[in-house]
Amino acid sequence: MALIEVEGVHVRFGDRVVLEEINLAVNEGELHGIMGPNGAGKTTFFNTLTGSVKPSRGRIRLEGADIAGLGPHAIARKGVARSFQIMTLFNDFTAQENVMVALPAFRARGFDVRRAVAGDSALADEANEVLASVGLGEKAAISAKLLSYGERRALEIAVALAQRPRVLCLDEPTSGLGTDGTTRLAELIAKLKGKLTIVAVEHDMRFLFSLADRISVIHWGQVVARGTPRELQENPWVKRSNLGSFG
Amino acid sequence: MTGSSSEARLITPTMLGAWLVLATVPLWINAIGLYPYIGVEIVIWSIYALAFNLVLGTSGLPSFGHGAFFGVGAYAFGLTQFNIAANLWVCLAGAILAGAFAGLIVGLLIAHRRGIYFALMTIAFGQIFWTISVKWHSVTGGEDGLLNILRLPATFGVVSFDISDNETLYYFVLAVFAVVVMLLWRLVNSPYGRILSAIRQSETRTAHLGYNVWLYKLSVIVISAGLSGFAGGLFAMAQRSAFPDVMNLAQSGLIVMMTLVGGGLVSFWGPVIGVIIFLIARDVIGAMTNAWALYFGAMFVLLVLFRPEGIAGGAKLLMERWKARREASRVLSSAPRSG
Ligand SMILES: Nc1ncnc2c1ncn2[C@@H]1O[C@H](COP(=O)(O)OP(=O)(O)OP(=O)(O)O)[C@@H](O)[C@H]1O
Ligand SMILES: [Mg+2]
Repeated sequence: MALIEVEGVHVRFGDRVVLEEINLAVNEGELHGIMGPNGAGKTTFFNTLTGSVKPSRGRIRLEGADIAGLGPHAIARKGVARSFQIMTLFNDFTAQENVMVALPAFRARGFDVRRAVAGDSALADEANEVLASVGLGEKAAISAKLLSYGERRALEIAVALAQRPRVLCLDEPTSGLGTDGTTRLAELIAKLKGKLTIVAVEHDMRFLFSLADRISVIHWGQVVARGTPRELQENPWVKRSNLGSFG
Repeated sequence: MTGSSSEARLITPTMLGAWLVLATVPLWINAIGLYPYIGVEIVIWSIYALAFNLVLGTSGLPSFGHGAFFGVGAYAFGLTQFNIAANLWVCLAGAILAGAFAGLIVGLLIAHRRGIYFALMTIAFGQIFWTISVKWHSVTGGEDGLLNILRLPATFGVVSFDISDNETLYYFVLAVFAVVVMLLWRLVNSPYGRILSAIRQSETRTAHLGYNVWLYKLSVIVISAGLSGFAGGLFAMAQRSAFPDVMNLAQSGLIVMMTLVGGGLVSFWGPVIGVIIFLIARDVIGAMTNAWALYFGAMFVLLVLFRPEGIAGGAKLLMERWKARREASRVLSSAPRSG
């Protein structure tokens, strides 16, 4: 049984159908890439998977249990973390605070009003560890709004990792990063690979084809092609559609 | 916010300073041409403004009908006194419970809303509560209000303090204020307070981190409404009466203005600063011209246009600049001279 099973998911906004019928399965420990042209509905698919958009039809199962229709916080608690294509970091928080509130230990104390956060070194240490793992070890005390673009992208991933997820959904993690940034991100993701299940929407073909175990192509509201990177490179539809050059 | 070391404290140096200054108020208030009762008003409205800012500044929820909770607390204080028990603590508990219950009803109906829809609903509910207070004559006394509310003695076991004159009442509300400030400071710096602040910054992201945003919003509305009701109860006691006008739209707008002018969006103490400035302006400018509200309104407009972070925010900015300059001059003077 696959960890995530998506069956016949249909999403519409008013009379605009964005996802016609998505069928897709992600195995435990797999890095599953998702590609498709702009406006194909990739972000909408992530929104549906993580609970902020309700599908009007279809099933989404996580370990066999249906999660379609659950709210975002309920799905997050089941171990599904996501990064955002348009970064929505907590700008008034420091890098450390951004990560801290994402920790399960913090979440467990969300309604605690008796202790101050500031004196809690266990939370701070755990947050700093996560920051160090994405190369932001030196930036803990910097306000998120003062970080550079690349640092904000890294923080975005740190926040997702801080949730200790089983499933990590990354929405265009390389977007706006230069070659150096993309290389560093690829190294980080290569390290994570196998330890958790990753679903990554990505336009950068080289990045995706070198990291992904399998790739699904979403177009016209459906998965129009799927397979390993090698299989996809041979796929006539992918070749014809000029989705990008494979280096 | 001040440094993280003070965030971890229950009592901060700023608190001690504020309490000390406030404690001396009765000694000099007459000398500067004001009178002790304004001190009572300032402290009670400060509690109200801090309670309100939990919703507006901390959680980013635009509430324009908060007067309803203040007013419900005021009526509850009087009605508890007349119908249940003429005991200060029982009456204040009644005010808190009534405010929190009103908050729960409103919160259940609006906590899932955001932004402008949230704001409009708070206005609508504020108007509903105001209308009830005017129309439900047999309970609220309608436009005539509830009169003859007593300033009940504060009893602690066998000792009992008479707080019926303005000076002792002032010290009583100041002691209450000190406790409220301590509790709120801890609350905003606790994990719960952090999540409220996260919700202000991005509801969507907070939800995706596994927090039930709806429940947090509902709970903070209830806490804020309960504390506003508490302030309303104190106010009814101070005024010896309760009237519908504290619940009307203009009065609900006032608390928003005071909080914003003082700098509630960026500072814990902002709402208190706003209350002090507003109430003093009301009396000082009010003695010179009937159009004092116009001047305060104009000040509000200018502030929102040029200093949206309010007075406390402006002061913070000046402090930072001053520190940076001092730092720069220290670096300069300690730099080795090139010969
Ligand atoms: N909440 C919404 N209401 C209405 N339309 C929406 C909503 N969210 C997305 N859409 C529409 O759905 C379509 C797909 O958008 P989506 O963001 O999912 O595409 P995408 O594949 O992620 O594109 P990109 O590669 O540009 O990120 C777009 O036409 C968009 O306008
Ligand atoms: Mg997208």
